[in-house]
Amino acid sequence: MYHHEHCEGFQCEQQQLEASLAQSGSELGALDRLMAWFRQRSLFVLAYGTGCGAIEMRPLMTSRFDAERFGIIGAATPRQADVLVISGYLAIKTLKRVIRSYEQMQAPKYVIGLGSCTINGGMYWDSYNTIKQLDHYIPVDMYVNGCMPRPEALIEGFVALQQRIAAGTPSGFERYRANIDWYKANQRRVLGDNMPPDYTYDWYHAGGVA
Amino acid sequence: MAHYIIDALAMLGMSYVMGFLFYGFYRQFNARVQRRWGPSVFQNFFDNMKFLFKTETIIHGPMFFFGPMIIFAGAVTTVLFVPYLKDSNWLQGFSHSGNLILIIYLLVVGPLGNALAVGSSGNPFGVMGVTRGLTRLMGLEVPFLLGLALVMVQHETASVHAIMAAQTDFAHWNLMTNPIAFIVMILPFMASQHASPFDVVGAPVEVYAGPRVEFSGRLLGVLMTQNMMMTVAKLVLIADLFLGGATTIWALIAKTFALFLLTAAVSTSFPRLRTEQTVDFFWKIPLGLGVIGVIATVWFPWS
Repeated sequence: MYHHEHCEGFQCEQQQLEASLAQSGSELGALDRLMAWFRQRSLFVLAYGTGCGAIEMRPLMTSRFDAERFGIIGAATPRQADVLVISGYLAIKTLKRVIRSYEQMQAPKYVIGLGSCTINGGMYWDSYNTIKQLDHYIPVDMYVNGCMPRPEALIEGFVALQQRIAAGTPSGFERYRANIDWYKANQRRVLGDNMPPDYTYDWYHAGGVA
Repeated sequence: MAHYIIDALAMLGMSYVMGFLFYGFYRQFNARVQRRWGPSVFQNFFDNMKFLFKTETIIHGPMFFFGPMIIFAGAVTTVLFVPYLKDSNWLQGFSHSGNLILIIYLLVVGPLGNALAVGSSGNPFGVMGVTRGLTRLMGLEVPFLLGLALVMVQHETASVHAIMAAQTDFAHWNLMTNPIAFIVMILPFMASQHASPFDVVGAPVEVYAGPRVEFSGRLLGVLMTQNMMMTVAKLVLIADLFLGGATTIWALIAKTFALFLLTAAVSTSFPRLRTEQTVDFFWKIPLGLGVIGVIATVWFPWS
């Protein structure tokens, strides 16, 4: 006899992961809590792979691991995306494109660093043309370590990010806006004269008015 | 006066709620077909609210802002000119002042507003999406209008109320008395809902989300809202014209849901057509059937 009382398989996993979402964010006001709830329930991920970690995004988004059940789906354009997943090593050439994509996203926006390469360079620690610490160039909200992390680890990273959003923690974008000169100096150190154009970030200098 | 305002708000609210629940169902249905669990039924509501609560929204000049507003106004007026219930004082909006010809005009406000807004954004992917959208519109408008004309000729009136009143029972539904018009009508209707065989306009991997590529934040939220309301308005219009309208809200939900299920089933089963294949298809099959339908309706005495 089949009783559908207890969860099974991935439903169980989903319930466990979502259990802690309900009580977080208790120190926020009612409207802030509501906004945070909507934000964490709906994360659009920019479909942009930078390194080998992008191979883990396909099973995550498709039938096997089905990230859509957490409200996580892909967005084709940075204008509509909320989350930028830096999947693995970041070549200096790619960094320029990443910065442009990140600056075109609309706040609040989040960055997930996937794999060891975003933390300390990983196996590319002595490479001449990859960056070592992603957080020096764009603000990272959540790291998922491993080489490569499995899609399950990535789901845990996403859920940890959702918990942060639900708790009302300011996104890394606030840090970027506050320390824009430091980030731009770091970017200029690796990119040299080859910087992305100013018009994608110059409103940060105007205090969000322009 | 108060009656009109409450009625209009009820219609808009009902279209919105039905819209996000229908689209939520569509996403779950799609997921189950692909052997996934799928998101919650309220996922479209969450997405829409998230976009409306974004703190940053980029604007490329005044026309870029007014475009979504024009589209939204088109959707709201369409909702208000489609009678939702038959033989009732409620959920009528201003439908007694308008007719089918007005609704035909209102249905193309959206694509035109889209073209105006996207043109001013200067994004090449957006322009490509609009070009595809207007090409597809050229293909689907002709059979769509022919299907509506067939119904108008059959009942010799352009009033949606009169057409609804003429369909007294199941045997007199236009679906039964004029099945050719239904087939001519339902295919362009699916295309106008961006359902799958005809969804080349918003094809994400080909043209980067199509015409909406530059819209973000609150403007995208407004566009999502109007899309959900417009879908329900079109479903109700088809239910009024071919399924005899609805006397209660439950009948309305059942009939519109049946039509939505038909669209959803077709769109999960068939792969995407290219733009010129779409136009070819519309100008061959629905249009050919429409011409046969016109001959049958106008010249043959038994119809």
